[in-house]
Amino acid sequence: MTAARPLAFLGARLVDPETGYDGPGALVIANGKIAEVWRGDAAPELGADALRVEAAGAMLCPGLIDLRVKTGEPGAEPKETLKSAARAAAAGGVTSIVVQPDTDPVIDDPAVADFILRRARDIELVHVYPAGAATKGLDGHALAEIGLLREAGCVYVTNGDRPIVDSRVMRRLLSYAGGLGVLVAHRPSDPWLADGAVATEGEFSGRLGLASEPVAGEAIMLERDLALVALTGARLMVDQISAAAPLRGLERAKDAGLPVVATASINHLSFNELDIGDYRTFCKLVPPLRSETDRLALIEAVASGLVDIVVSAHAPAPPEDKRLPFEEAAPGAVGLETLLAAMLTLHQEGRVPLARLIETVTLAPARAIGLAAGRLAVGAPADLVLCDIDAPRLIDAAALISKSKNSAFDGRRLQGSVLMTLVEGRIVHDALGATR
Amino acid sequence: MNSLAPGIDEVRARTSPFPQRHFLSVADLDPVQVGALLDLADDFVSLNRQMSKKHDLLKGRTLINLFFEASTRTQSSFELAGKRLGADVVNMSPRASSIVKGETLVDTAVTLNAMRPDILIIRHGASGAASLLSQKVDCSVVNAGDGQHEHPTQALLDALSMRRAFGRIGGLTVAICGDILHSRVARSNVALLTMLGAHVRLVGPPTLMPAGVERWGVEVHTDMKRGIAGADVVMMLRLQLERMQGALAPSTREYFRLWGLDREKFALTREGARVMHPGPMNRGVEIDSDLADDLSISLIQDQVEMGVAVRMAVLASMAARLDNH
Repeated sequence: MTAARPLAFLGARLVDPETGYDGPGALVIANGKIAEVWRGDAAPELGADALRVEAAGAMLCPGLIDLRVKTGEPGAEPKETLKSAARAAAAGGVTSIVVQPDTDPVIDDPAVADFILRRARDIELVHVYPAGAATKGLDGHALAEIGLLREAGCVYVTNGDRPIVDSRVMRRLLSYAGGLGVLVAHRPSDPWLADGAVATEGEFSGRLGLASEPVAGEAIMLERDLALVALTGARLMVDQISAAAPLRGLERAKDAGLPVVATASINHLSFNELDIGDYRTFCKLVPPLRSETDRLALIEAVASGLVDIVVSAHAPAPPEDKRLPFEEAAPGAVGLETLLAAMLTLHQEGRVPLARLIETVTLAPARAIGLAAGRLAVGAPADLVLCDIDAPRLIDAAALISKSKNSAFDGRRLQGSVLMTLVEGRIVHDALGATR
Repeated sequence: MNSLAPGIDEVRARTSPFPQRHFLSVADLDPVQVGALLDLADDFVSLNRQMSKKHDLLKGRTLINLFFEASTRTQSSFELAGKRLGADVVNMSPRASSIVKGETLVDTAVTLNAMRPDILIIRHGASGAASLLSQKVDCSVVNAGDGQHEHPTQALLDALSMRRAFGRIGGLTVAICGDILHSRVARSNVALLTMLGAHVRLVGPPTLMPAGVERWGVEVHTDMKRGIAGADVVMMLRLQLERMQGALAPSTREYFRLWGLDREKFALTREGARVMHPGPMNRGVEIDSDLADDLSISLIQDQVEMGVAVRMAVLASMAARLDNH
């Protein structure tokens, strides 16, 4: 195995979100950890057995940590298995994925979390962490065994796509999980305003005749959650904030010092409501795609740090769930393989500095769930991605590794091609053929 | 009158190919094409009033009526239109057959497509269903109503009814009243009437107006009296009764008081104004029977007659296009 031999990346563009360093350098890996980091033109002295990768200016940064990934395992394996998701992740430069609890059975039992972790160990590609269900069966009423789920390896708890309607349950969830030191994620959405909705309320959805929800529904539920955070003092991760109005609420909460972090999905940073076009079901998402004003506000919030984390919101759906009238189609899009390229495209458009972008998919999620990864520091896990950030790519959904091909980016031109992905020093994706 | 009516050969000669392979939306047409279709439909009105109504413009063609939603009027209108033009017409109501077995819309369409129909006429409860289907089949697709999106042949028949009653459409003030939010008839009519130069007003309770309606290029009124004042045409929309039980309006009696059409409100319209309704009507909820049945005011029966003629014009044009392949 390659893990035994030291591996050196020479002539790379190192991007380290922890120190903010973005410049030339070299990096040496030994025993699954980062052993040396050299900045500037200085070069490490390498033994004869060391494997050298000439990076030729390609970006070397921590592997991506994706906090919101759905697979179909257990329960819906034709959509996506843990193995196909892990392979897609490796190809996309994602070295850690957190799988959502809305599997069948739901991850509300330590045994299910344990099953996923054992499967991931057998697959031996990327790190897979389960997120536990916040309530039993995701029913929104009775608390799940949050303490046991944490012991079984769940890195946070969430109710997935289903908001917790009952404010008393939400209060108790925050209070109980907070007391155990477990992070709670919640997607803010007023279920009544969003009832039956498949698009954002506005002129476009009105013309298409699609049932729609106003952005106010997100703002209303976020304000409730933030008030409960203030009441309980517990940490909250706002799951997929998507519009300008709730961002203002988030900003007030952060200014007041509340322990809140927020995620945004790459889809909401890349698309707006018009991308639904002629009823394109690959762009049917939860939350629905918002206006261009909202998208630009979201990008600005990512740049400023108001939004901490970017997720792929990977949600595989097979053709039989997508090739339906828009209102009947399953929501969601796959995103593991396009996350990095879509992020880099935002950078190439001059919207967000590179180091900040990388931080939102590496260090920030690592800190949120307490991982040591996400840094280019000596002693940190050698979870790395080498990427040609300028390489143009035309996304062809049919060519994706995911079992489901429902990519919202199908046919889009992105920039950024993953050359190599390493997990604890193991090469799990190698487009360079450097190790052959 | 019959001596003035055109012969079928003249009509055949005047039939120009439909501009698109499919007819999914009013936006598939421009004003000149609409004018030509309405002229052709006028000819079919005359032909339909003769004893011998059957012609051979669609001889050898197969039409499939694929109606996922129950419909008496539109389905029989398309069926008659097809049969009068000599086509073989098959009616399918998949609610009763394959859909319950879990077959999807696309599966059904692909299966029917393999039977080599020339034109597939679809009605479905989901917006965009006709567009989805058109991408998966190689016959022509006519949208006979998709969810809350469009019902383009309804807009054409409404336009024909108005043109025959007033001699023109441009410059007319048309008030469309009622449940605009859920109405595909309203969306198609707004698109077509504004294209033809009519002045359109939308009238109804705020809870039944779509978001962004103020940017549709129409006047929006919540006060019915103001909304229909001086109008040439009052087009009433059908109301789903379940929407009137507190969800979107408090009660049918309050609705009728504020937005129902009766003689008193109708008196505010322009002299010679006419009433339209796409049917089926809820008498006493959105419209007073007294008005609906007054043939000096109501165009409702004309609309049904025009429906067959307009659909004949659409089908004949589509077949003329098919000939070019």
